[in-house]
Parts: sequence; C-alpha cells; structure tokens
Amino acid sequence: MEENLKTCGVISSDEFKNCKGWPSEERFSKGPVAILECIEEIPCNPCECSCPKGAIYVGHPITNLPTLDESKCVGCKSCIASCPGLAIFVEDHTFSDKEALVSFPFEFIPYPKKGEKVSAVNRKSEVVCPAVVHDIYCTKSNDATMIVTLRVDKEYVHQVRSCKMLGD
Amino acid sequence: MFEVDLLIVGAGPAGLCAALEAGQEGLSVLLVDENAKPGGQLFKQIHKFFGSEMHKAGTRGFRIGENLVREIAECPNITLWLNSVVFSAIDQNHFEVVHNCSVQVINTKKVIVATGAIEKGLVFPGWTLPGVMGAGALQTMININRVRPGNKLLMVGSGNVGLIVSYQFLQAGGESVILVEAANRIGGYGVHASKIRRYGTNIITGCSVESVSGNGKVESAILAKVDDKFQTIKGTQWEEKVDIVAIAAGLYPLMELLRQLGCEFTMCPPLGGWVPVHDERMETSLNGIFIAGDVSGAEEASTAMEEGRLAAWSVTYDLAKCTKNKYESVRIDITKRLEALRSGPYGIARKNAKDSIYAIAKNFSKLR
Amino acid sequence: MRVIAHPILGNINQDNEVTVYVDGKEMRGIEGEPIAAMLAANKIYTHRLTKKRHEPRGIFCAIGRCTDCVMIVDGIPNVRTCVTPLKEGMVIETQHGVGHWGGEKSV
Ligand SMILES: Cc1cc2nc3c(=O)[nH]c(=O)nc-3n(C[C@H](O)[C@H](O)[C@H](O)COP(=O)(O)OP(=O)(O)OC[C@H]3O[C@@H](n4cnc5c(N)ncnc54)[C@H](O)[C@@H]3O)c2cc1C
Ligand code: SF4
Ligand code: SF4
Ligand code: FES
Repeated sequence: MEENLKTCGVISSDEFKNCKGWPSEERFSKGPVAILECIEEIPCNPCECSCPKGAIYVGHPITNLPTLDESKCVGCKSCIASCPGLAIFVEDHTFSDKEALVSFPFEFIPYPKKGEKVSAVNRKSEVVCPAVVHDIYCTKSNDATMIVTLRVDKEYVHQVRSCKMLGD
Repeated sequence: MFEVDLLIVGAGPAGLCAALEAGQEGLSVLLVDENAKPGGQLFKQIHKFFGSEMHKAGTRGFRIGENLVREIAECPNITLWLNSVVFSAIDQNHFEVVHNCSVQVINTKKVIVATGAIEKGLVFPGWTLPGVMGAGALQTMININRVRPGNKLLMVGSGNVGLIVSYQFLQAGGESVILVEAANRIGGYGVHASKIRRYGTNIITGCSVESVSGNGKVESAILAKVDDKFQTIKGTQWEEKVDIVAIAAGLYPLMELLRQLGCEFTMCPPLGGWVPVHDERMETSLNGIFIAGDVSGAEEASTAMEEGRLAAWSVTYDLAKCTKNKYESVRIDITKRLEALRSGPYGIARKNAKDSIYAIAKNFSKLR
Repeated sequence: MRVIAHPILGNINQDNEVTVYVDGKEMRGIEGEPIAAMLAANKIYTHRLTKKRHEPRGIFCAIGRCTDCVMIVDGIPNVRTCVTPLKEGMVIETQHGVGHWGGEKSV
C-alpha cells in the first residue's frame, strides 16, 4: 500500500507538492523560516492569529489550508506552539557551513537539556542522525508545549522532525 | 418543589455554555450533573483544541473547562447541583432528581438535555477481559485519575479519539502503542496521526483485532489483516504482546430521558446512530424540550459549546426575555460558527446529517 | 502505575494518603481518588467475577456507566468503583456474581 498521510500518518512527497506551507529552497538559503506541514482542510486557524508578521493566511472559511508568505516570515517560532496539530516547524539553513537548525514542538518528559546530545528522528520516528540541543524554551502562552531547537548536519535537516524521547 | 425557568441536564461543555448564556440573560437556571465535578468530557482533553482562534482554538480543553466553571460560579442566577442525577421525567415541566440523598421534584418552564454520549463497544473473543476498555476510559484513567493501567497499548480505531488518546498515553509515560484501523485509511486528522508516528506508534490500516487473551488481564492480542468488507484475510494473523486494549469505535447519544419523554428519533449514522429529531433552534419534537451537544449527535466539544449557547438563546427568546431582533442576530452568528466547524472534508457529512434532521423536524413542528 | 509527573498536567499531589483494605490486604491510596484508581495503582485489575462463568471483569467505561467495575465496599455490593471516592479505612472486596450485603464474609 502506498505510504501517505492517510494510510500511515506520514506525508508523502506527492502530498507535499500541494502543501502551501513549504518555503522555496531560495527562501531556505536566506535564513530561518517556518514550514506548515498541514495539508488537510480541517477547521483550524490559530497559526494565522499567532504570527506577529502576518505571514500565515487561512482566511474564510477556516478550513482553508494555511498558506505561508515566505517573504514575510522571519522564523521567529511564535507559531509553533499555537498549532494544535503540532504541524509547524522552523528550519534555519544559514547557521553554519555544515550545520542547520531545526525547531519543533515537544510535549514529553524528561525534557532534553541545552547542549545535550540526542538522537534526531524523522516523521516515522526513525533515528536519522545525532544532534545537539541548541535551545529549549517554553513561554507562558505556549502552555507547556516546549520549543526544541536541534543542531544537525545540513544534509538531514528536512528529515528531522523531533528527537527521540529520553525516557526510552 | 424547586421552581426554575430552565433545567439543564448535564454540565459538560454543552450544558455549561447553555447555563452561562441563559444565566447572563437573567433566567433562573438549575444545572444538574451526576459527577462530583462539572465539565463532562472536557477535563480529560489535555490537548489544544482545533477550531477558530476567536473561540478558544489552540487552548487546551481542560483550560476551556476551568474558565467556564469559574464564570458559572460567578453568575448568581445559576444553581449547580453536582453528584445529582436527573432520573425521571414526569412530564415536560416536572423532573425528578436525586440530590443530597433525597428525591427533589423540579418544576421548570423549559429544559435543555445535554447528557452527552457513550462509547461504543466492539465484540471479539476476550473483549470482557480486564485491561480491555473504552478509549475514553483510558483517557480518564491517565489524565484525571493519573494512573496508567499498563505499558503497552493496542488502540483499536483511528478516529481523532483513538489518535489523541494514543498520544496522551505516551505523554503519561506509556512505553509503546500499536494502532489498528480496519478501513484502509486513517479516520481522524492527519496531523494527529503524524504526531504519534513521530514518537514510535505503529499505525496499521486494513487491520483489526481478532482476539485478546491473558490470565486475569490482557497479555496478548491476535491481529489480522482484513479485506474491504472487514473480513479476516486467512493466514495473516500475528500476535502482539500488549497489556491494554483501548477501543475507539465511536460514540452514540445518551438519550434515556428523551425516550422517557417520548421524543421522536431518527437513524443517523454520521452522528452516532439514533439521534433525537431537532430543529435549527435545538428544540426536539416536544415543545420546550431542547437538546445540545453530543446527545443531539456525537460531534466535538467545540460544536457542543455552540449548540449549548444556541439552545439557551432559543429558550431565552421563548420565555420572552430578549427581543426577536437580538435573538435572530445571535442565532445567525452561532449558526455561522457551527457551519464553519462542520465544513471541509471532515465536517461535511455531519453538516448534511444535521440538515436532514432539521428537515425532518419541520414536519414535526406543524404537529406541535 | 501512578502517573506522578506529567508534561502538561504537572505533578500529582500525594499528600493525603489513606490506608484501605482490599480483600483483607492493607493498601495505600490517595484520599478522594476513585477506588478504581487506587486499585490500578496497586496493579489490581479484576474487580468482580461473573455469576455463572466466574470470568473476571474490570474497568470498561471509567465514568460510571457500564457497571463492569462494581465491588463490595464497606459491606455494600454493586458499588461502582470508578466513580466512588476513596476514604480512610474503606473495606473493599472482589464481588462474586451479584454480590452479598455485608460482604463476602457474611455468606
Ligand atoms: C477521547 C475523546 C477525545 C476528544 N477530543 C476532542 C477534541 O480534541 N476536540 C473537541 O472539540 N472534542 C473532543 N472530544 C469530544 C468532546 O469531548 C465531546 O464532544 C463533548 O464533551 C460533548 O459535550 P457534551 O456537553 O455534549 O457532553 P459531555 O461532555 O459528555 O457531558 C455530559 C454530562 O452530562 C452528565 N449526565 C448525563 N446524564 C445525566 C443525568 N441523567 N443526570 C445528571 N447528569 C447527567 C454526564 O455525567 C456528563 O457530565 C473528545 C471526546 C473523547 C471521548
Ligand atoms: S516563524 Fe514567526 S514569522 Fe514565521 S510564520 Fe511563524 S510566527 Fe510568523
Ligand atoms: S494551526 Fe496547525 S493544524 Fe491548524 S491550520 Fe494552522 S498549521 Fe494547520
Ligand atoms: S467502569 Fe463502567 S461503571 Fe465503572
């Protein structure tokens, strides 16, 4: 059976083509930017309201897919914790020659610590590469959703979507 | 005898919102719930809700509940009876409630029944073994009671409830989750499915549980691939060691009181099975008996809250406590919000189902 | 197993410990939690045995609807343990069939 969002919970490359929240490679090369991995018309719009730069558009009806205006996005990560689907990530390909940063929401304890070495996992929870926790924080309005930023080899950054739970 | 303008049965999201609107418009309200705490299913929803940002989307369910309960406490027109069961309907204006170990008769002008829904079971050899439970039951155990009745979960059903409770099981320290779905597609939102995939959950579509066994408690399950008609494909069985099996096979409305009253029902699979006939104002086939939330068709807390508000405004108008203009403008606003929640590929079946129920109700209103 | 720490809900308050008796054995629980929660925390999952086939039954709905979880509590049979708060000194017994007033010892 074809592996896609509806058969196994992982978005296929075909499905990504219709995603309106995936920035261009050119935009990635300029600095941190959000990725909205949200491809189904569900009634939802907190991401739109959370962006201080007005870079996310849902409009009416609220089942519209969220569209990213990559020229407005500054990669500030404010939108990550607002998303009930935990479907927003921020990548920064400009961190260094070899390494890139990837940020994602994280809601499991124990929390990884800044500087700690962890295993970066992909959308199917397979370990893709080692990573270092570059940052981890939570604001009051995030309401217990941690924002974790990992430093990973540039080659893998599009695959990394979380880190392995530390309880394992 | 206790006299009020409005009796609300059930203090889940629908009942709480109904009480607030009616109370704030000056009606005397008695809100009754059989549990020790108000909130219904809301307090076990620890995830952030979907919906429109204007209406608390992005806020965790239990926080929405906390706010509602606080507002209810501040409203002098609302009396809240907990640990109290509305067990019989004498007629459309008189109800019997067990409250403080005695039976009280309530004399009310109007009623909103917001009794919620019950989880459907699923029958297979071993389904009665301790450790097999409803997905909502598991959610109550881990998020409210704060005990995890096992470590390795088999979740049966991939609707939003199955997906969300699987995620919450992992948050509560569960070791592993296998999720099976008989259909060949995941039923709930893709984003919920993606969440649990990132943390090791195996989602297997076209697969079901054949039997469960164990000595006094679930120890293992036999899974099998199934065909389009959900029949086991021979020779595909395998065993998984699990110690909890949670069933997320949907919910159906809890309508005992409405049956006692003699409301009309209609069969409506997208909303959980038999549902009470009701119109756009949330009134049933009986004059003055309103419904809201899952009892009017199993949906979501977000729709339950809007229906509660709508029912409350209909009652307020019928009791001549607000003008027709005010009522119409509120009703149109709420209806728009409900339509937004019932749009898109996941909502449209529920929207059509509701519309067909409203159409049936049109015929009844002529009889009233 | 108790879920003591939780990423969203924080830590539980275990201050109000009580002692109760389950089929004669002394056990600890938290005051006010449902009896069923104390049992699960102590890894007890069978609440009753059915009348004819003596099959074990445990929690099924956890909200007081299905009656699968009933036990004899302080001599009263058919008490839904998933919604009955735990109190100091409670005597809780596995129920056989429809149960007996006064508890199993009285039979
Ligand atoms: C596992 C799970 C996950 C969910 N996730 C979401 C989600 O992410 N987003 C969302 O929007 N929705 C979600 N829902 C759905 C949502 O919880 C329900 O749709 C919502 O709670 C329905 O509200 P209600 O007020 O109609 O009923 P309920 O919340 O069920 O409340 C009904 C109340 O009435 C009481 N009652 C019943 N009969 C009587 C009586 N005779 N006398 C006195 N009291 C009585 C009950 O005890 C209960 O407290 C989820 C549901 C489940 C089970
Ligand atoms: S990262 Fe910041 S600027 Fe970019 S979309 Fe998210 S909130 Fe807006
Ligand atoms: S908040 Fe998340 S799930 Fe909702 S529309 Fe935005 S990206 Fe999609
Ligand atoms: S588990 Fe259903 S009544 Fe207690």
